[in-house]
Amino acid sequence: MLRVDITKRLGEFTLSASFTSEGRVTGLFGASGSGKTSLINIIAGLLRPDRGTIVIDGETVDDSTAGIHVPTWRRRIGYVFQDARLFPHLDIRQNLDYGRRMNGHADDPAQRKRVVDLLDIAALLDRRPGKLSGGERQRVALGRALLSRPRLLLLDEPLGALDEGRKLEILPYLVRLRDEAGVPMVYVSHDAAELRQLATRIVMLRHGQVTAFGGVKVLTASP
Amino acid sequence: MIEISPTEWTAILLSLRVAVIATLVATPFGIALAWLLARRDFWGKSLLDAAVHLPLVLPPVVTGYLLLLTFGRRGLVGGWLADHLGIVFAFRWTGAALACGVMSFPLLVRPIRLSIEAIDQRLEQAAETLGAAPWRVFATVTLPLALPGVLAGMVLGFAKAIGEFGATITFVSNIPGETQTISSAIYSLIQTPDGDSAAARLVVISIVLALGALVAAEWFARRATARLHGQ
Repeated sequence: MLRVDITKRLGEFTLSASFTSEGRVTGLFGASGSGKTSLINIIAGLLRPDRGTIVIDGETVDDSTAGIHVPTWRRRIGYVFQDARLFPHLDIRQNLDYGRRMNGHADDPAQRKRVVDLLDIAALLDRRPGKLSGGERQRVALGRALLSRPRLLLLDEPLGALDEGRKLEILPYLVRLRDEAGVPMVYVSHDAAELRQLATRIVMLRHGQVTAFGGVKVLTASP
Repeated sequence: MIEISPTEWTAILLSLRVAVIATLVATPFGIALAWLLARRDFWGKSLLDAAVHLPLVLPPVVTGYLLLLTFGRRGLVGGWLADHLGIVFAFRWTGAALACGVMSFPLLVRPIRLSIEAIDQRLEQAAETLGAAPWRVFATVTLPLALPGVLAGMVLGFAKAIGEFGATITFVSNIPGETQTISSAIYSLIQTPDGDSAAARLVVISIVLALGALVAAEWFARRATARLHGQ
């Protein structure tokens, strides 16, 4: 479960969002500049809200009145960025293993195999990020985030940097992730079609304000 | 092949020892300072930056004299170190290492700073979202990506240290076997009748060492570029 109730002053407008989502995939929908990336960065702890609370999986990670602001690295979240941000000095195997090492989890070959198979990246393990295509990189980034065993997976336009063909190549993996990985997700996108396929809950943002919240049906009502 | 006399060997080995120690001791400080200058904004930053570069523009004899005033037997820091820790710099090879370390510090810091500035900070952010504490982000992402710059800085600093003359001779004089490095040996030989051929040999050795260091630094710089592009 994810509970968000925050405000944050951002340049020209104020981001103000309040919602509780139990959905498997919460879609943050809005045009560019609507504040959705800022919102996901606040959930990740990369930005600190001016006021309000964020509760992830029962743990309060932000509470301005109590002075709580859990740093990103202790939030046990996974984050898939638009640009995959794989570590260039590590090969794919080491990239995938990074989160497990940093969190001090025991090695779990079965879990790794599950994720590697789910994302079809077994053939890439010994390569360097520089040798991968955009779609391959994004699949590895998904795997890397999953293998850190997050309790919430944040995805910021993970298909945004890919062309149409590549998007169609990745979408089925995201659907599989939603149905099989068992990790709740927050998915940022400005593409209604994408969210219709993936999201179970929609938060619609416009100029920093939540204008609609509900099932994917709210997408059709959008102008 | 050229014949090298025992005195010349002593000077060469002393130069190597002084430069190696100076570089190894200065490197951790250089990394810390480079990181500070590359990543942090604080009051007095430009002043600190200028202070680091000062040995590059001051007359070396001034740096040497300031070291003598500070780290000499009667200096504020030197006196304390000698009384409490038994570390003496004045007229010892350790003093030569200190002078070389200070003189080469700007050359050591610069490539490290540039390579830290070239790192995509979004990678460090990604490491943080994967559960890495700040010091582990530094150890597992920042430092490995900056490593070619660190090595290049060490090579350049080493080359500078091995050739340092002005500050060293001012601070610790020119004592054969204790503080007479290649440079001060050449200086002595030039002033001695019949010292020309010996001086020439040491000059050749200096040139070889300096060129080797430059080639090595260039090679590390290339590696840095390849590494940052994930090849």
